[in-house]
Amino acid sequence: MSIIENHKTDGKPFCDSPKLSARDVCVYYGEKQAIFDVNLDIGKNEVIALIGPSGCGKSTFLRCLNRMNDTIDICKVTGEIVLDGGNIYDPKVDVVPLRATVGMVFQKPNPFPKTIYDNVAYGPRIHGLATSRVDLDEIVEKSLQRAGLWNEVKDRLHSPGTGLSGGQQQRLCIARTIAVDPEVILMDEPCSALDPIATAKIEELIDELREKYTIAIVTHSMQQAARVSQRTAYFHLGQLIEVNSTDKVFTTPKHQLTEAYITGRFG
Amino acid sequence: MDMNFNQHISGQFNADLEAIRNHMMSMGGLVERQVANAVEAICSGDTHLADEVIRREDDVDQAEVAIDNECTQILVRRQPAASDLRMVLAVSRVVRDLERMGDEASKIAIHTLEVADSKNSQLCQQSMRYMGEEVVKMISGALDAFARHDVEGAIEVVRNDKLVDKQYASALRELITYMMEDPRSIGQAINILWILRAIERIGDHARNISEQVIYLVSGTDVRHSTLTEIEKTARD
Repeated sequence: MSIIENHKTDGKPFCDSPKLSARDVCVYYGEKQAIFDVNLDIGKNEVIALIGPSGCGKSTFLRCLNRMNDTIDICKVTGEIVLDGGNIYDPKVDVVPLRATVGMVFQKPNPFPKTIYDNVAYGPRIHGLATSRVDLDEIVEKSLQRAGLWNEVKDRLHSPGTGLSGGQQQRLCIARTIAVDPEVILMDEPCSALDPIATAKIEELIDELREKYTIAIVTHSMQQAARVSQRTAYFHLGQLIEVNSTDKVFTTPKHQLTEAYITGRFG
Repeated sequence: MDMNFNQHISGQFNADLEAIRNHMMSMGGLVERQVANAVEAICSGDTHLADEVIRREDDVDQAEVAIDNECTQILVRRQPAASDLRMVLAVSRVVRDLERMGDEASKIAIHTLEVADSKNSQLCQQSMRYMGEEVVKMISGALDAFARHDVEGAIEVVRNDKLVDKQYASALRELITYMMEDPRSIGQAINILWILRAIERIGDHARNISEQVIYLVSGTDVRHSTLTEIEKTARD
Protein backbone atom coordinates (compact mmCIF):
# COMPACT_ATOMS: atom_id res chain seq x y z
CA MET A 1 0.00 0.00 0.00
CA SER A 2 2.81 2.44 -0.79
CA ILE A 3 0.16 4.69 -2.28
CA ILE A 4 -0.90 5.95 1.16
CA GLU A 5 2.19 5.58 3.33
CA ASN A 6 2.68 8.73 5.44
CA HIS A 7 -0.18 10.36 3.63
CA LYS A 8 -0.85 14.00 4.39
CA THR A 9 -4.57 14.69 4.09
CA ASP A 10 -5.47 16.40 0.79
CA GLY A 11 -7.88 19.30 0.56
CA LYS A 12 -8.98 21.42 3.53
CA PRO A 13 -9.12 19.47 6.80
CA PHE A 14 -9.15 22.66 8.91
CA CYS A 15 -11.65 25.48 9.25
CA ASP A 16 -11.82 28.92 10.87
CA SER A 17 -14.32 28.37 13.68
CA PRO A 18 -14.25 24.66 14.50
CA LYS A 19 -16.77 23.15 16.90
CA LEU A 20 -14.68 20.00 17.19
CA SER A 21 -10.98 19.57 16.34
CA ALA A 22 -9.25 16.21 16.11
CA ARG A 23 -5.45 16.36 16.33
CA ASP A 24 -3.14 13.39 15.66
CA VAL A 25 -5.88 10.96 16.60
CA CYS A 26 -4.82 7.29 16.54
CA VAL A 27 -7.07 4.42 17.59
CA TYR A 28 -5.92 0.91 18.46
CA TYR A 29 -7.97 -2.24 18.99
CA GLY A 30 -5.49 -4.21 21.08
CA GLU A 31 -2.33 -4.47 18.95
CA LYS A 32 -4.06 -3.50 15.76
CA GLN A 33 -4.07 0.17 14.76
CA ALA A 34 -7.40 1.20 13.21
CA ILE A 35 -6.93 4.96 12.80
CA PHE A 36 -3.67 6.71 11.84
CA ASP A 37 -2.96 10.35 12.83
CA VAL A 38 -6.23 11.92 11.83
CA ASN A 39 -6.32 15.72 11.87
CA LEU A 40 -9.72 17.21 11.15
CA ASP A 41 -11.85 20.21 12.12
CA ILE A 42 -15.63 20.06 12.15
CA GLY A 43 -17.12 23.54 11.78
CA LYS A 44 -20.07 25.02 13.68
CA ASN A 45 -23.45 24.35 12.08
CA GLU A 46 -22.04 22.24 9.31
CA VAL A 47 -22.89 18.74 8.19
CA ILE A 48 -19.76 16.74 7.50
CA ALA A 49 -20.06 13.35 5.81
CA LEU A 50 -17.51 10.63 6.56
CA ILE A 51 -17.25 8.16 3.69
CA GLY A 52 -15.00 5.25 2.73
CA PRO A 53 -15.02 1.51 2.12
CA SER A 54 -15.94 -0.95 4.88
CA GLY A 55 -13.29 -1.16 7.55
CA CYS A 56 -11.74 2.20 6.66
CA GLY A 57 -12.23 3.56 10.18
CA LYS A 58 -14.97 6.10 9.57
CA SER A 59 -17.31 4.71 12.25
CA THR A 60 -14.41 4.21 14.65
CA PHE A 61 -13.46 7.85 14.15
CA LEU A 62 -17.07 8.98 14.63
CA ARG A 63 -17.27 7.07 17.91
CA CYS A 64 -14.12 8.83 19.15
CA LEU A 65 -16.01 12.12 19.02
CA ASN A 66 -18.16 11.31 22.07
CA ARG A 67 -15.89 8.68 23.60
CA MET A 68 -18.16 5.80 22.67
CA ASN A 69 -14.98 3.80 22.08
CA ASP A 70 -14.41 3.87 25.86
CA THR A 71 -17.08 1.18 26.10
CA ILE A 72 -14.78 -1.24 24.24
CA ASP A 73 -12.15 -2.58 26.66
CA ILE A 74 -9.32 -3.21 24.22
CA CYS A 75 -9.78 0.11 22.45
CA LYS A 76 -7.18 2.83 23.04
CA VAL A 77 -7.36 6.37 21.67
CA THR A 78 -4.37 8.73 21.51
CA GLY A 79 -4.19 12.34 20.35
CA GLU A 80 -6.58 15.15 21.18
CA ILE A 81 -10.20 15.87 20.41
CA VAL A 82 -11.11 19.40 21.38
CA LEU A 83 -14.73 20.46 21.81
CA ASP A 84 -15.16 24.22 22.29
CA GLY A 85 -11.59 24.56 23.53
CA GLY A 86 -11.53 21.58 25.94
CA ASN A 87 -9.97 18.17 25.30
CA ILE A 88 -12.74 15.58 25.69
CA TYR A 89 -10.11 12.91 26.47
CA ASP A 90 -8.96 14.84 29.55
CA PRO A 91 -9.27 12.36 32.48
CA LYS A 92 -11.34 14.92 34.40
CA VAL A 93 -14.08 14.93 31.78
CA ASP A 94 -17.28 13.13 32.80
CA VAL A 95 -18.51 11.16 29.78
CA VAL A 96 -22.21 11.26 30.74
CA PRO A 97 -22.76 15.00 30.13
CA LEU A 98 -20.29 14.75 27.23
CA ARG A 99 -22.53 12.21 25.50
CA ALA A 100 -25.50 14.51 26.05
CA THR A 101 -23.62 17.40 24.43
CA VAL A 102 -22.39 15.15 21.64
CA GLY A 103 -25.41 12.94 20.94
CA MET A 104 -25.54 9.93 18.71
CA VAL A 105 -28.01 8.27 16.34
CA PHE A 106 -27.31 4.69 15.31
CA GLN A 107 -27.74 2.62 12.19
CA LYS A 108 -30.73 0.64 13.45
CA PRO A 109 -33.45 2.61 15.20
CA ASN A 110 -33.26 1.57 18.86
CA PRO A 111 -36.20 3.04 20.79
CA PHE A 112 -36.48 1.98 24.44
CA PRO A 113 -39.31 -0.45 25.15
CA LYS A 114 -41.31 2.43 26.61
CA THR A 115 -43.93 4.87 25.39
CA ILE A 116 -43.12 7.47 22.76
CA TYR A 117 -43.34 10.13 25.49
CA ASP A 118 -40.99 8.30 27.83
CA ASN A 119 -38.47 7.62 25.08
CA VAL A 120 -38.04 11.35 24.62
CA ALA A 121 -38.44 12.26 28.30
CA TYR A 122 -35.86 9.72 29.48
CA GLY A 123 -32.77 11.86 28.82
CA PRO A 124 -34.13 15.13 30.25
CA ARG A 125 -35.25 13.23 33.39
CA ILE A 126 -31.89 11.62 34.15
CA HIS A 127 -29.99 14.82 33.34
CA GLY A 128 -32.40 16.87 35.47
CA LEU A 129 -33.29 19.22 32.62
CA ALA A 130 -36.93 19.59 33.63
CA THR A 131 -38.15 20.81 37.02
CA SER A 132 -41.85 20.13 36.48
CA ARG A 133 -44.18 18.00 34.45
CA VAL A 134 -45.07 21.08 32.38
CA ASP A 135 -41.37 21.63 31.56
CA LEU A 136 -41.00 18.02 30.55
CA ASP A 137 -44.13 18.13 28.35
CA GLU A 138 -42.68 21.15 26.63
CA ILE A 139 -39.30 19.49 26.02
CA VAL A 140 -40.99 16.37 24.63
CA GLU A 141 -43.22 18.37 22.31
CA LYS A 142 -40.38 20.63 21.09
CA SER A 143 -38.05 17.69 20.47
CA LEU A 144 -40.67 15.73 18.55
CA GLN A 145 -41.47 18.82 16.52
CA ARG A 146 -37.82 19.41 15.67
CA ALA A 147 -37.51 15.77 14.65
CA GLY A 148 -40.50 16.23 12.33
CA LEU A 149 -42.53 13.57 14.18
CA TRP A 150 -44.95 15.59 16.33
CA ASN A 151 -47.88 15.65 13.91
CA GLU A 152 -47.66 11.91 13.39
CA VAL A 153 -47.57 10.94 17.09
CA LYS A 154 -49.21 13.75 19.11
CA ASP A 155 -52.40 11.69 19.56
CA ARG A 156 -50.64 8.57 20.73
CA LEU A 157 -47.79 9.78 22.91
CA HIS A 158 -48.46 7.00 25.37
CA SER A 159 -48.29 4.11 22.90
CA PRO A 160 -45.06 2.12 22.74
CA GLY A 161 -42.24 3.63 20.65
CA THR A 162 -41.53 0.23 19.17
CA GLY A 163 -44.95 0.30 17.46
CA LEU A 164 -43.84 3.04 15.07
CA SER A 165 -42.58 2.38 11.55
CA GLY A 166 -38.80 2.14 10.98
CA GLY A 167 -38.54 5.70 9.68
CA GLN A 168 -40.67 7.05 12.55
CA GLN A 169 -38.58 5.08 15.06
CA GLN A 170 -35.41 6.65 13.66
CA ARG A 171 -36.95 10.13 13.97
CA LEU A 172 -38.00 9.20 17.51
CA CYS A 173 -34.33 8.37 18.24
CA ILE A 174 -33.34 11.74 16.78
CA ALA A 175 -35.98 13.42 19.02
CA ARG A 176 -34.53 11.54 22.00
CA THR A 177 -31.06 12.82 21.11
CA ILE A 178 -32.30 16.39 20.68
CA ALA A 179 -34.23 16.31 23.99
CA VAL A 180 -31.04 16.59 26.07
CA ASP A 181 -30.09 19.77 24.23
CA PRO A 182 -26.94 18.58 22.43
CA GLU A 183 -24.57 20.77 20.42
CA VAL A 184 -23.20 18.06 18.15
CA ILE A 185 -25.11 15.10 16.69
CA LEU A 186 -23.21 12.07 15.40
CA MET A 187 -25.08 9.81 12.99
CA ASP A 188 -23.79 6.36 12.11
CA GLU A 189 -25.50 5.30 8.88
CA PRO A 190 -28.86 6.60 10.11
CA CYS A 191 -30.76 5.64 6.96
CA SER A 192 -29.30 2.27 6.05
CA ALA A 193 -32.29 0.40 7.53
CA LEU A 194 -34.90 2.74 6.03
CA ASP A 195 -36.90 2.87 2.80
CA PRO A 196 -36.37 5.74 0.32
CA ILE A 197 -39.26 7.88 1.62
CA ALA A 198 -38.22 7.56 5.27
CA THR A 199 -34.64 8.27 4.11
CA ALA A 200 -35.76 11.43 2.31
CA LYS A 201 -37.54 12.62 5.48
CA ILE A 202 -34.42 12.07 7.60
CA GLU A 203 -32.27 13.87 5.04
CA GLU A 204 -34.70 16.80 5.01
CA LEU A 205 -34.53 16.81 8.80
CA ILE A 206 -30.70 16.80 8.80
CA ASP A 207 -30.80 19.94 6.69
CA GLU A 208 -33.14 21.66 9.17
CA LEU A 209 -31.17 20.51 12.22
CA ARG A 210 -28.02 22.09 10.80
CA GLU A 211 -29.31 25.54 11.82
CA LYS A 212 -28.96 24.62 15.46
CA TYR A 213 -26.49 21.73 15.62
CA THR A 214 -23.20 20.52 14.21
CA ILE A 215 -23.67 17.15 12.52
CA ALA A 216 -21.20 14.41 11.54
CA ILE A 217 -22.70 11.59 9.51
CA VAL A 218 -21.18 8.28 8.44
CA THR A 219 -22.85 6.94 5.32
CA HIS A 220 -22.34 4.23 2.75
CA SER A 221 -24.52 6.06 0.26
CA MET A 222 -22.43 8.50 -1.69
CA GLN A 223 -25.53 10.16 -3.09
CA GLN A 224 -26.64 10.76 0.49
CA ALA A 225 -23.28 12.28 1.39
CA ALA A 226 -23.55 14.51 -1.67
CA ARG A 227 -27.11 15.54 -0.78
CA VAL A 228 -26.85 16.31 2.93
CA SER A 229 -23.32 17.50 3.67
CA GLN A 230 -21.35 20.67 3.13
CA ARG A 231 -17.99 18.93 3.58
CA THR A 232 -16.96 15.36 2.90
CA ALA A 233 -14.08 13.42 4.42
CA TYR A 234 -12.78 10.29 2.72
CA PHE A 235 -11.17 7.58 4.89
CA HIS A 236 -9.13 4.67 3.58
CA LEU A 237 -7.48 1.94 5.66
CA GLY A 238 -7.57 4.12 8.77
CA GLN A 239 -6.15 7.22 7.15
CA LEU A 240 -7.96 10.44 6.36
CA ILE A 241 -7.13 10.73 2.66
CA GLU A 242 -9.01 13.83 1.64
CA VAL A 243 -11.40 16.44 3.04
CA ASN A 244 -13.01 19.15 1.00
CA SER A 245 -16.27 20.89 0.25
CA THR A 246 -18.73 18.23 -0.88
CA ASP A 247 -19.13 19.62 -4.39
CA LYS A 248 -15.36 19.54 -4.90
CA VAL A 249 -15.04 15.97 -3.63
CA PHE A 250 -17.78 14.71 -5.93
CA THR A 251 -16.75 16.61 -9.07
CA THR A 252 -12.98 17.03 -8.81
CA PRO A 253 -11.48 14.91 -6.04
CA LYS A 254 -7.76 15.49 -5.53
CA HIS A 255 -6.60 12.05 -4.48
CA GLN A 256 -6.59 9.02 -6.73
CA LEU A 257 -8.14 6.85 -4.00
CA THR A 258 -11.03 9.25 -3.41
CA GLU A 259 -11.66 9.34 -7.15
CA ALA A 260 -11.49 5.55 -7.41
CA TYR A 261 -13.90 5.07 -4.49
CA ILE A 262 -16.57 7.57 -5.48
CA THR A 263 -16.54 6.45 -9.11
CA GLY A 264 -16.91 2.82 -8.03
CA ARG A 265 -13.50 1.65 -9.24
CA PHE A 266 -12.58 -0.56 -6.31
CA GLY A 267 -14.18 -2.47 -3.53
CA MET B 1 -8.50 -5.11 -2.28
CA ASP B 2 -8.44 -4.68 -6.03
CA MET B 3 -6.24 -1.69 -6.85
CA ASN B 4 -6.88 -1.39 -10.58
CA PHE B 5 -8.32 2.11 -10.80
CA ASN B 6 -8.93 2.02 -14.53
CA GLN B 7 -11.85 -0.35 -14.34
CA HIS B 8 -15.18 0.02 -12.58
CA ILE B 9 -16.47 -2.79 -10.43
CA SER B 10 -19.32 -2.85 -12.94
CA GLY B 11 -18.04 -3.96 -16.34
CA GLN B 12 -21.22 -2.66 -17.96
CA PHE B 13 -20.53 0.84 -16.61
CA ASN B 14 -17.07 0.73 -18.26
CA ALA B 15 -18.65 -0.38 -21.50
CA ASP B 16 -21.33 2.36 -21.37
CA LEU B 17 -18.77 5.12 -20.80
CA GLU B 18 -16.52 3.73 -23.51
CA ALA B 19 -19.52 3.64 -25.87
CA ILE B 20 -20.51 7.31 -25.50
CA ARG B 21 -16.89 8.32 -26.04
CA ASN B 22 -16.55 6.20 -29.17
CA HIS B 23 -19.89 7.30 -30.58
CA MET B 24 -18.96 10.93 -29.97
CA MET B 25 -15.66 10.38 -31.79
CA SER B 26 -17.36 8.85 -34.82
CA MET B 27 -19.88 11.68 -34.87
CA GLY B 28 -16.88 14.04 -34.73
CA GLY B 29 -15.35 12.27 -37.72
CA LEU B 30 -18.60 12.65 -39.64
CA VAL B 31 -18.88 16.37 -38.82
CA GLU B 32 -15.25 16.95 -39.74
CA ARG B 33 -15.93 15.39 -43.17
CA GLN B 34 -19.11 17.44 -43.58
CA VAL B 35 -17.24 20.67 -42.89
CA ALA B 36 -14.29 19.69 -45.13
CA ASN B 37 -16.70 18.80 -47.95
CA ALA B 38 -18.69 22.02 -47.52
CA VAL B 39 -15.49 24.09 -47.68
CA GLU B 40 -14.30 22.14 -50.72
CA ALA B 41 -17.71 22.58 -52.37
CA ILE B 42 -17.74 26.36 -52.01
CA CYS B 43 -14.09 26.78 -53.00
CA SER B 44 -14.33 24.62 -56.10
CA GLY B 45 -17.97 25.34 -56.93
CA ASP B 46 -18.79 21.62 -56.73
CA THR B 47 -22.59 21.47 -56.41
CA HIS B 48 -22.68 17.67 -56.22
CA LEU B 49 -20.52 17.76 -53.14
CA ALA B 50 -22.77 20.49 -51.69
CA ASP B 51 -25.81 18.26 -52.29
CA GLU B 52 -24.05 15.42 -50.53
CA VAL B 53 -23.39 17.63 -47.47
CA ILE B 54 -27.05 18.67 -47.29
CA ARG B 55 -28.16 15.06 -47.64
CA ARG B 56 -25.98 13.83 -44.77
CA GLU B 57 -27.03 16.48 -42.28
CA ASP B 58 -29.70 14.12 -40.99
CA ASP B 59 -27.04 11.61 -39.93
CA VAL B 60 -25.40 14.27 -37.76
CA ASP B 61 -28.72 15.21 -36.14
CA GLN B 62 -29.56 11.60 -35.39
CA ALA B 63 -26.13 10.96 -33.88
CA GLU B 64 -26.65 13.92 -31.53
CA VAL B 65 -30.00 12.61 -30.29
CA ALA B 66 -28.72 9.04 -29.90
CA ILE B 67 -25.58 10.00 -27.94
CA ASP B 68 -27.47 12.42 -25.74
CA ASN B 69 -29.89 9.63 -24.93
CA GLU B 70 -27.01 7.34 -23.98
CA CYS B 71 -25.70 10.07 -21.65
CA THR B 72 -29.15 10.36 -20.03
CA GLN B 73 -29.21 6.59 -19.48
CA ILE B 74 -25.82 6.68 -17.74
CA LEU B 75 -26.93 9.55 -15.49
CA VAL B 76 -30.11 7.71 -14.54
CA ARG B 77 -28.61 4.29 -13.99
CA ARG B 78 -25.15 5.02 -12.59
CA GLN B 79 -25.24 8.46 -10.95
CA PRO B 80 -21.64 9.00 -12.08
CA ALA B 81 -19.28 11.12 -9.97
CA ALA B 82 -15.93 12.87 -10.43
CA SER B 83 -14.16 12.05 -13.72
CA ASP B 84 -17.05 9.84 -14.89
CA LEU B 85 -19.51 12.67 -14.32
CA ARG B 86 -17.24 15.09 -16.15
CA MET B 87 -16.95 12.64 -19.06
CA VAL B 88 -20.73 12.33 -19.42
CA LEU B 89 -21.31 16.09 -19.13
CA ALA B 90 -18.47 16.87 -21.55
CA VAL B 91 -19.69 14.36 -24.14
CA SER B 92 -23.22 15.72 -23.89
CA ARG B 93 -21.96 19.28 -24.43
CA VAL B 94 -19.55 18.32 -27.22
CA VAL B 95 -22.22 16.54 -29.29
CA ARG B 96 -24.32 19.69 -29.11
CA ASP B 97 -21.43 21.71 -30.57
CA LEU B 98 -20.81 19.05 -33.20
CA GLU B 99 -24.45 19.19 -34.25
CA ARG B 100 -24.25 22.97 -34.58
CA MET B 101 -21.13 22.57 -36.75
CA GLY B 102 -23.13 20.17 -38.90
CA ASP B 103 -25.82 22.87 -39.28
CA GLU B 104 -23.21 25.42 -40.30
CA ALA B 105 -21.71 22.99 -42.84
CA SER B 106 -25.14 22.51 -44.31
CA LYS B 107 -25.68 26.31 -44.46
CA ILE B 108 -22.41 26.64 -46.39
CA ALA B 109 -23.61 23.95 -48.80
CA ILE B 110 -26.97 25.72 -49.36
CA HIS B 111 -25.23 29.03 -50.08
CA THR B 112 -22.83 27.19 -52.39
CA LEU B 113 -25.79 26.19 -54.54
CA GLU B 114 -27.04 29.79 -54.50
CA VAL B 115 -23.78 31.41 -55.59
CA ALA B 116 -22.64 28.62 -57.93
CA ASP B 117 -23.57 30.31 -61.23
CA SER B 118 -22.60 33.82 -60.28
CA LYS B 119 -19.48 35.57 -61.46
CA ASN B 120 -19.11 36.96 -57.95
CA SER B 121 -18.70 33.52 -56.41
CA GLN B 122 -14.98 34.11 -56.44
CA LEU B 123 -15.20 36.91 -53.84
CA CYS B 124 -12.91 36.37 -50.83
CA GLN B 125 -11.82 32.99 -52.21
CA GLN B 126 -8.48 33.08 -50.42
CA SER B 127 -9.88 33.96 -47.03
CA MET B 128 -12.56 31.33 -47.42
CA ARG B 129 -10.09 28.58 -48.25
CA TYR B 130 -7.69 29.62 -45.50
CA MET B 131 -10.41 29.84 -42.84
CA GLY B 132 -12.07 26.64 -44.07
CA GLU B 133 -8.89 24.60 -43.90
CA GLU B 134 -8.02 26.07 -40.55
CA VAL B 135 -11.38 25.17 -38.92
CA VAL B 136 -11.20 21.62 -40.28
CA LYS B 137 -7.80 21.28 -38.58
CA MET B 138 -9.29 22.78 -35.41
CA ILE B 139 -12.07 20.18 -35.34
CA SER B 140 -9.66 17.31 -35.64
CA GLY B 141 -7.29 18.97 -33.13
CA ALA B 142 -10.10 19.39 -30.58
CA LEU B 143 -11.28 15.79 -30.98
CA ASP B 144 -7.70 14.45 -30.72
CA ALA B 145 -7.20 16.51 -27.58
CA PHE B 146 -10.42 15.02 -26.17
CA ALA B 147 -9.31 11.46 -26.95
CA ARG B 148 -5.86 12.00 -25.41
CA HIS B 149 -6.98 14.20 -22.49
CA ASP B 150 -4.47 16.69 -23.90
CA VAL B 151 -4.91 20.16 -22.36
CA GLU B 152 -2.05 21.71 -24.36
CA GLY B 153 -3.59 20.46 -27.62
CA ALA B 154 -6.92 21.97 -26.57
CA ILE B 155 -5.31 25.35 -25.86
CA GLU B 156 -3.71 25.29 -29.31
CA VAL B 157 -7.22 25.09 -30.81
CA VAL B 158 -8.30 28.12 -28.76
CA ARG B 159 -5.27 30.02 -30.11
CA ASN B 160 -6.14 29.07 -33.68
CA ASP B 161 -9.70 30.28 -33.15
CA LYS B 162 -8.29 33.76 -32.54
CA LEU B 163 -6.48 33.60 -35.91
CA VAL B 164 -9.68 32.55 -37.66
CA ASP B 165 -11.57 35.43 -36.02
CA LYS B 166 -8.92 37.86 -37.30
CA GLN B 167 -9.11 36.46 -40.80
CA TYR B 168 -12.91 36.79 -40.67
CA ALA B 169 -12.67 40.46 -39.70
CA SER B 170 -10.28 41.12 -42.55
CA ALA B 171 -12.49 39.26 -45.07
CA LEU B 172 -15.44 41.38 -43.95
CA ARG B 173 -13.49 44.56 -44.74
CA GLU B 174 -12.67 43.13 -48.15
CA LEU B 175 -16.35 42.37 -48.84
CA ILE B 176 -17.42 45.87 -47.79
CA THR B 177 -14.94 47.31 -50.28
CA TYR B 178 -16.47 45.22 -53.10
CA MET B 179 -19.97 46.28 -52.15
CA MET B 180 -19.05 49.95 -52.10
CA GLU B 181 -17.36 49.74 -55.47
CA ASP B 182 -20.19 47.84 -57.15
CA PRO B 183 -23.59 47.89 -55.48
CA ARG B 184 -24.78 45.19 -57.95
CA SER B 185 -22.53 42.74 -56.10
CA ILE B 186 -24.32 43.26 -52.78
CA GLY B 187 -26.68 40.30 -53.20
CA GLN B 188 -23.87 37.82 -53.79
CA ALA B 189 -21.57 39.50 -51.29
CA ILE B 190 -24.18 38.88 -48.63
CA ASN B 191 -24.23 35.17 -49.56
CA ILE B 192 -20.45 35.07 -49.24
CA LEU B 193 -20.75 36.90 -45.93
CA TRP B 194 -23.07 34.19 -44.61
CA ILE B 195 -20.60 31.52 -45.66
CA LEU B 196 -17.67 33.26 -43.98
CA ARG B 197 -19.79 33.72 -40.91
CA ALA B 198 -20.67 30.00 -40.88
CA ILE B 199 -16.98 29.04 -41.10
CA GLU B 200 -16.14 31.44 -38.31
CA ARG B 201 -18.91 29.93 -36.13
CA ILE B 202 -17.52 26.44 -36.76
CA GLY B 203 -14.23 27.71 -35.32
CA ASP B 204 -16.10 28.93 -32.22
CA HIS B 205 -17.69 25.51 -31.77
CA ALA B 206 -14.26 23.81 -32.07
CA ARG B 207 -13.11 26.16 -29.34
CA ASN B 208 -16.08 25.13 -27.19
CA ILE B 209 -15.07 21.49 -27.60
CA SER B 210 -11.54 22.34 -26.46
CA GLU B 211 -12.95 24.05 -23.39
CA GLN B 212 -14.72 20.79 -22.56
CA VAL B 213 -11.38 18.95 -22.84
CA ILE B 214 -10.00 21.26 -20.14
CA TYR B 215 -13.12 20.64 -18.01
CA LEU B 216 -12.78 16.89 -18.52
CA VAL B 217 -9.14 16.82 -17.47
CA SER B 218 -8.97 19.45 -14.71
CA GLY B 219 -12.57 19.97 -13.62
CA THR B 220 -12.28 23.72 -14.26
CA ASP B 221 -15.05 25.29 -16.30
CA VAL B 222 -13.27 27.70 -18.68
CA ARG B 223 -16.29 28.65 -20.78
CA HIS B 224 -16.41 32.41 -21.45
CA SER B 225 -12.78 32.80 -20.32
CA THR B 226 -10.10 34.62 -22.30
CA LEU B 227 -7.14 32.79 -23.84
CA THR B 228 -4.87 34.21 -21.12
CA GLU B 229 -7.20 32.96 -18.37
CA ILE B 230 -7.35 29.52 -20.00
CA GLU B 231 -3.55 29.34 -20.23
CA LYS B 232 -3.31 30.32 -16.58
CA THR B 233 -5.81 27.59 -15.58
CA ALA B 234 -3.72 25.03 -17.44
CA ARG B 235 -0.53 26.12 -15.66
CA ASP B 236 -2.18 25.87 -12.21
